[in-house]
Amino acid sequence: MTNSVLWTPLIFGLVGLFLPRRLSGWWATLGTLVTLGLAIALLAGFDSGASGLQDTVDVSWIPGLGVDYSLGIDGLNIFLVLLTAVLWAGATAFAAFREQERPHLFFLMMLLGETATLGSFLAQDLLLFVLFFDLMLVPFYFLFGAWGTDRDGVTASVATLKMIVYTLIGSLLMLVGAIATAIISAHGGHVSFSLATLAEHPLGEGSQRWVFWFFAAAFLVKMPAFLLHGWMPDAYRAAPLPALAVFSGVLAKVGAYGFLRIVLPLFPAATIQFQEVVLLIALASILYGSVMAFTQTDVRLVAGYSSVAQLGFVTAGIFALRADGADGAILQMVNHGLVVAPLFIVIAILAERSGSEDMREMGGMAMRAPVLATLFLIVTLATLAMPGSANFIGEFYILNGLFQAKIVFAIVAISGVAMSAYYALRLYQRTMHNRKPDGLESREIGLRDGLVLAPLVLCILGLAFYPQLILKRTDPAVERAVVSTCRTPNCVTPEIAKQLVTAETVNQ
Amino acid sequence: VSFNAPHLDYAGLAPVIALTVGICVVLMTAVFDRAKRSGPELALLTLAATAALLLGQWGDSKDLISGALRLDDLAISISLIAIFSAAFAVFLSVREPAAEQAGGGEYHALLLGSVLGMVLLAEAQNLVTFFVGIETLSIPLYILCATNMRRGRSLEAGLKYLIVGSLGSATLLYGMAFLYGGSGSTDFARIAAGIGSEGVLGDPLVLVGIGLTAVGLAFKTSIAPFHQWTPDVYEGAPTPVTGFMAVATKAAAFAVFVRFFDVALAPQAGEWQPALAVLAATTIVIGNVGALGQDSLKRLLGYSGVAQAGYILGGLVVATEAGIDALVFYLAAYAFMNLGAFAVVVARERETSYGDDIRSVQGLGRKRPLLAWPLTISMLGLAGLPATAGFIGKLYLIEALVEGDYTWLAVFIAVGTMISLAYYLRVVAAMWMRPGGEIAPGATPAIAGASPEADPIDPQAGRRLHVVAPALLAAAAVVFFGIIPQPLVDFAQHAGSALF
Repeated sequence: MTNSVLWTPLIFGLVGLFLPRRLSGWWATLGTLVTLGLAIALLAGFDSGASGLQDTVDVSWIPGLGVDYSLGIDGLNIFLVLLTAVLWAGATAFAAFREQERPHLFFLMMLLGETATLGSFLAQDLLLFVLFFDLMLVPFYFLFGAWGTDRDGVTASVATLKMIVYTLIGSLLMLVGAIATAIISAHGGHVSFSLATLAEHPLGEGSQRWVFWFFAAAFLVKMPAFLLHGWMPDAYRAAPLPALAVFSGVLAKVGAYGFLRIVLPLFPAATIQFQEVVLLIALASILYGSVMAFTQTDVRLVAGYSSVAQLGFVTAGIFALRADGADGAILQMVNHGLVVAPLFIVIAILAERSGSEDMREMGGMAMRAPVLATLFLIVTLATLAMPGSANFIGEFYILNGLFQAKIVFAIVAISGVAMSAYYALRLYQRTMHNRKPDGLESREIGLRDGLVLAPLVLCILGLAFYPQLILKRTDPAVERAVVSTCRTPNCVTPEIAKQLVTAETVNQ
Repeated sequence: VSFNAPHLDYAGLAPVIALTVGICVVLMTAVFDRAKRSGPELALLTLAATAALLLGQWGDSKDLISGALRLDDLAISISLIAIFSAAFAVFLSVREPAAEQAGGGEYHALLLGSVLGMVLLAEAQNLVTFFVGIETLSIPLYILCATNMRRGRSLEAGLKYLIVGSLGSATLLYGMAFLYGGSGSTDFARIAAGIGSEGVLGDPLVLVGIGLTAVGLAFKTSIAPFHQWTPDVYEGAPTPVTGFMAVATKAAAFAVFVRFFDVALAPQAGEWQPALAVLAATTIVIGNVGALGQDSLKRLLGYSGVAQAGYILGGLVVATEAGIDALVFYLAAYAFMNLGAFAVVVARERETSYGDDIRSVQGLGRKRPLLAWPLTISMLGLAGLPATAGFIGKLYLIEALVEGDYTWLAVFIAVGTMISLAYYLRVVAAMWMRPGGEIAPGATPAIAGASPEADPIDPQAGRRLHVVAPALLAAAAVVFFGIIPQPLVDFAQHAGSALF
């Protein structure tokens, strides 16, 4: 099952090359929908009580180097896989409704991107993870560079190159780190990259310290976190919007997921030692991202910087090193993906009407396009974590975990919640309310775009009513990931943490 | 005085003999039957026969001619890489002006002569055969570089290569003299045995000898700071020759490098490792930085070859079986990646008036996917992106380096790879991300000074099977071994285990 979820998009993409041009978009959409169906089937067959891996595939791939082709599903990745499938279906359909230049290649790259992303979520072998993690860059390099737009003298190919160089600095160091991890932990015996084996033979504290940063560099760049976000503004402004929707919605999460899947279980000592450093980076991301989102007028950058802030929250949740913080982090990853992808789709729709992506040249849309405005309002309210939305619950869990771990950090992080309300509402008002500028064409969302946007908004609403769908299934795996880290005395045991959470949820 | 002729193992020598006979046949056919132009066919036949004779002895390990040569899986695998790239060069040379100008037979005979030198070099384990091999390899190449006789650049490249190459050979020979003086033997094993208990550092004669030998080899493998000739010669030489030179010379020189350092001098590893490690790191940085901003694709590939030599040297530095496996794997992967790229450069050079300038591939993705994909895959492979043999090669090298306690060098490889993206992806961007200006066939050449000596333009060059098929084959191999690397890993491990 995991195998078919992983490879379906790529197979569709390759077959699509032989179809006529006008069909390639529809064929690709069909491919993403089939993948989505398979992912849902995967969820249906998922045993929510079990904490171990399910649906595993484990084949020796390069025996000479100790690399296995090993996949598996557990509470940490099941919803991220589902998120990937949902967002890709939406973005691909959105792209298929529009005329694309060189459609064969465009949709092949989209689908290759989906396979690579799914691969990095599903991989249970350290090297396979690194491979898929790097592979994700290839399709997005082409998508951003060849279908992107040049802006303010920054050509799309330069912006893309900057992104690639930034992200690969981290990834290549991660490759060295991964190999070092496997070799040191093998102690001269047979080298294996299997995550399970590596977790059983942890590195010495000295090695953990430097390997930790090799991995952290890769993940923090990908998110991106404060100070490592230099590639983000140019790349976001250059990218074609359907690709950007999945890029921002899913790829950024791979970094956060990497912390949970790899760093916490494999480098527990270093994680505890550097907990505060990473939390500081996360806080800086929250504050910096929020403040930058206040001031930007390019709607893409508002969304981009708000992602920096949101991913800061997710990182903070993971590095609270409490089960509830990590639960919240996973929930929030899904939530953020579900709000940011529709946000970019709305941006695309707005840009088609106003001919600009500057919010100063937008406005007054709500009068003529109430349906679009309503859908966008739901997305906006979810972004600012309105009570009642799943984002609220996610942030609550994260802050709850953080309060028990490091109260000072939690207090600062709360300001991020308040700031998110400002930038989200500012974005909504400037684009939907106010006076309609001259030359702006204000019309209702088309049926086709509605078909893309409405299901995504429905997902947001669905999760708002029933966040337990995620929390219940992630909890056992999260506990396993966090428990392995938290063996030191200053950590509250997850059992206690969980009781606290339940108590507070009841109070709420 | 009695003279005992050494016992000759004719089976072991058969590949060398086949090549020698082939050279004579190619040359003679051309002399006596100018009109027939059967050079390419005969050259391919010779190469195929040699490859078959080598493969027949796959798995054997034997000393030939009283230990002057050694036929083992390392020698066979390196020879096969050289033969493969020579066959590639033969295909790419069809309709190449250089091959015509130099006289078909001579061109192919010289190519085979160079391969003969490479086979000898890969088998050499004695200073004499080592030197004979390296000269047999080099001298035909000096001439081949200058075969494009109507282009000043080509003649310049030939002359430059001759002068720098001779300097390298002289240095090597000087080093060998010291080694012989210090140890009283020309045999690798006995040289090593002659090193006293104080080690290499305690014996100035041997130390100077080893140092000069390493410098001579560094010239041949274009390791910084002895690489300066590389971009100039690569740019000037006829492109099929450049492709051959870039891959095969490097492979053969690394084979003897391995035999001398990793086998003979293995007990003294601790003394020479740091020096070579520093050379490798320097090469990685200099090669990658040098390639930035190069507009000529051949110069770019030249500098990239310097950087790649630095990575490969890493496999030698650790002096372990895993290191040699990684080195051979990387050389094989490097052959596919480079030859694919050169095939596309050949095609565009003949089709457009831009020569090997990066503008010649602009907009290729839109118009000529069959040429754009091989070059794209080659570039992504050289940059070490996943799903290419280049990624597995880097993985292999880094694994060997970390295992051999040279993690810092592995980090250099990572950093070098990062720099390299800037120029490899620039080529990819030119193909896919800029609107291609339609270049009228036969238009006035855009590069200054090229007009009087420009070769005729052949707008169909990139559609001809003998160019497209090799390019696609190489690209397919890069992807195939990126996804299913085990066959190539086995191949490399055979070579490595032959030495330990």
